[in-house]
Amino acid sequence: MKLDPAIRDQVLATVPSLRAFAISLCGNIDRADDLVQETLLRALAHIDSFEPGTNMPAWLFTILRNLFRSEYRKRRREVEDADGRYAETLKSHPEQTGRVEFEEFRAALAKLPADQREALILVGASGFSYDDAAAICGCAVGTIKSRVNRARTRLADLLAIDSVDDFGPDRATRAVLAGGGRS
Amino acid sequence: MGERGKDDTMKHRKTNLEPLEPDAEKPENQEPMARPAATPHKPEARLGREVQARIGQQLRAMYNDVVNQGVPPHLADLVRRLSDQDQD
Repeated sequence: MKLDPAIRDQVLATVPSLRAFAISLCGNIDRADDLVQETLLRALAHIDSFEPGTNMPAWLFTILRNLFRSEYRKRRREVEDADGRYAETLKSHPEQTGRVEFEEFRAALAKLPADQREALILVGASGFSYDDAAAICGCAVGTIKSRVNRARTRLADLLAIDSVDDFGPDRATRAVLAGGGRS
Repeated sequence: MGERGKDDTMKHRKTNLEPLEPDAEKPENQEPMARPAATPHKPEARLGREVQARIGQQLRAMYNDVVNQGVPPHLADLVRRLSDQDQD
């Protein structure tokens, strides 16, 4: 019996956000694509354990994260050390955002502890509920909330955001004049 | 059935950032994780609404950069090939 096309389409529909999540974990596009491929192989080999009607994205994200944790842990220090490498993996930027500001944001995000970055991405970018994010990470909902809060506070610190006036052209200009010298 | 799955997918496109709240981590949920060495609870540590919104916006912009690249052909091929195989 072949796979239900509806299920297959749900898997395909999740691939773009799986990649985005994988890149945030790996800090490297090539490695992220390997991880996504491995996730898809694993998922389709065990598709029977997916309960139709339940949350396909959460199921696939869980598999991807577990694979990353088990098989990529050896290289973890390398990833953690990759200060700014996550920022470097993504060179394009949305037009509505100032380039300097955007690069600063990526660099700051790369400096977060992996647990906090992961939680922030799942809730703030992937759009998972706190409950789903907790299930994906295998931890308590309170832990996810705490990590997300810390991530946001730390990001604001790193970006030295004091007020909304700090965003925009003035900030970008100052950053350029400062020559990107960040301490 | 497929429709329910689709609803699920749609539901997860929005974001769920709640306002910052005091540390929600309960003792029993605690796991050994690196706490920032010394971050006393300063009033200014509470982020303004605009700042939170801005961080969320940046985060989604960056993430969606990748999402908008769609499904790379080799991954689409992989899924289709595996889907067409007989399942046990």
